[in-house]
Amino acid sequence: MGRTLAEKVWDDHVVRRAEGEPDLLYIDLHLLHEVTSPQAFDGLRKSGRRVRRTDLTIATEDHNTPTIDIDKPIADPVSRIQLETLRKNCAEFGVRLHPLGDREQGVVHVVGPQLGLTQPGTTVVCGDSHTSTHGAFGALAFGIGTSQVEHVLATQTLPMAPFRTMAVTVRGELPADVTAKDLILAIIARIGTGGGQGYVIEYRGEAIEKLSMEARMTICNMSIEAGARAGMIAPDETTFAYLRGRDHAPTGADWDAAVEYWRTLRTDDDAVFDHEVVIEAAELAPFVTWGTNPGQGVPLSAAVPDPASFADPSERLAAEKALEYMGLSAGQPLRDIAVDTVFVGSCTNGRIEDLRSAAEVLRGRRVADGVRMLVVPGSVRVALQAVEEGLDKVFTEAGAEWRHAGCSMCLGMNPDQLKPGERSASTSNRNFEGRQGKGGRTHLVSPQVAAATAVTGHLASPADLSDLTSVPTPAGV
Amino acid sequence: MEAFTTHTGRAVPLRRSNVDTDQIIPAHWLKKVTRDGFEDGLFEAWRRDPEFVLNRPERAGATVLIAGPDFGTGSSREHAVWALQNYGFKAVISSRFADIFRGNSLKNGLLTVILDQAVVERLWEVVEADPGAEVTVDLVERVVRAPGVETSFELDENSRQRLLEGLDDISLTLRHEDEIAAHEAGRPSHKPRTLVP
Repeated sequence: MGRTLAEKVWDDHVVRRAEGEPDLLYIDLHLLHEVTSPQAFDGLRKSGRRVRRTDLTIATEDHNTPTIDIDKPIADPVSRIQLETLRKNCAEFGVRLHPLGDREQGVVHVVGPQLGLTQPGTTVVCGDSHTSTHGAFGALAFGIGTSQVEHVLATQTLPMAPFRTMAVTVRGELPADVTAKDLILAIIARIGTGGGQGYVIEYRGEAIEKLSMEARMTICNMSIEAGARAGMIAPDETTFAYLRGRDHAPTGADWDAAVEYWRTLRTDDDAVFDHEVVIEAAELAPFVTWGTNPGQGVPLSAAVPDPASFADPSERLAAEKALEYMGLSAGQPLRDIAVDTVFVGSCTNGRIEDLRSAAEVLRGRRVADGVRMLVVPGSVRVALQAVEEGLDKVFTEAGAEWRHAGCSMCLGMNPDQLKPGERSASTSNRNFEGRQGKGGRTHLVSPQVAAATAVTGHLASPADLSDLTSVPTPAGV
Repeated sequence: MEAFTTHTGRAVPLRRSNVDTDQIIPAHWLKKVTRDGFEDGLFEAWRRDPEFVLNRPERAGATVLIAGPDFGTGSSREHAVWALQNYGFKAVISSRFADIFRGNSLKNGLLTVILDQAVVERLWEVVEADPGAEVTVDLVERVVRAPGVETSFELDENSRQRLLEGLDDISLTLRHEDEIAAHEAGRPSHKPRTLVP
């Protein structure tokens, strides 16, 4: 019987297979950041171990880093200690590090791909759940805990329990106003936050094949929000074109050998998935979340659902608690919801295409009075590219704040946070209670919806802007 | 890792689904560089409500957490496991755990037990009716016992043995260093390298 893409990559990395034991998998690329690594390095020190393969390991600073005044000492002493700890650990163990201020610094999941380190058919791990991002290249990439970080540092391997395979096939073409973010939010709403549990999802179908690498990364990034171990997309010409010429992409004969191998990384026609989901692209529309988990989403044109409409008692209870936390009531049109803050950035939507599409909506328009808009590029390279294209000017002229690269308000570990009761439209990945700051309320949106929302002051799509002058803003906003 | 064989203690019923790791330990706690001192951050936001179940005097000293489905979703932060352990929890029962959280828990000796939601509901009723009711999580027999409830649970034999013996994963893996080296010798030259030689 044929094998799926995920099974092929897995099989190529089995170091040891024994009855009654999980497979021991070789790890091709280990990404590190300051938050989940200090205790792992401590463990190495205590047991007198070294980093087995510094040449397969790379670190950057992203979660804690400020996005303004980066030339000044970091104000929060605890954040500063954590960053200094990473610097000391990398120096002591010989790990390549891109610290704050470095040209290659940025969100770890933006840095790996742009350097060309993330390649098809590789295994990629990082102490961060959004490692699933790298699956966009046909890599098997998953988030791990700190104990596993230590394990990979010491052995370059991980014992891994077997996974199940799920195909999410997106048939047809996406409507013009539907982005990768809308698509993945709709997929998560369909399968649920636990629906992917134990699975590696392969996204396939015409709509997926037409996506750019940036868009594919957005899709795979949020696989974890469906509970999946990983998300993958088969590599193709789009993937190869993205990689060619990047700093760490293979060259010469190695490139030819790599591409030949990469072309084999497709699910065989006779392979069988453990579970299949089919999505009709034509039925999709801009999608936003109303609740406190990423599965609680609906089309922007819809209304906040009534908790009583959920058949499952725990979903009903979750919806009740979510509405209470979010300060929303059933039946309220999503478009009526006013926001205080708009955040464009994160490993989900902090790449150059995301900034371009947000800028396109903002060009010649103004951020609404009373709305704060933060634009945080995913990496320094993305920032430099945006400046080269004049996007930073578009943002600042519209009244948005153009910031330095990092995770920023996606999780508010740095000073970029919502205040209690504040509401955001955010291009990030999690709308959990307090995720963007204590008491903050988050609506997950695409960069386009984020920008349109910034202009109107309430949840909106670019289509709402064309007739902004003729239609009064909804009552109660 | 500390071995886990069997544990008996009072329980906390947490009637919530999708308890994500941001709720278990908020991000600002993640700046610490140690594995301890996270107990005050456990469910920090919810604990501001005096009526939150963890704040009830009758739940003080409870060591078994009984939660709704999809416990531990979201971030891979192992700090969530450390926070539960620092607070005093030895075991968590739910009908469904997020994969990364579950992996992290078993690597730290926090036993995560999967039971049917119907059984979880019964356990909730038992420990809500009598906060003094003790729940036993027995990994030797793979059984959960509470007054009027006895149910078996699944855990793969490999994880079970590691927990029972408190084995260190890294030492186990390094026994196979020759196999790792053999795999490395066969890796194609086009694979990425972070350091240019």
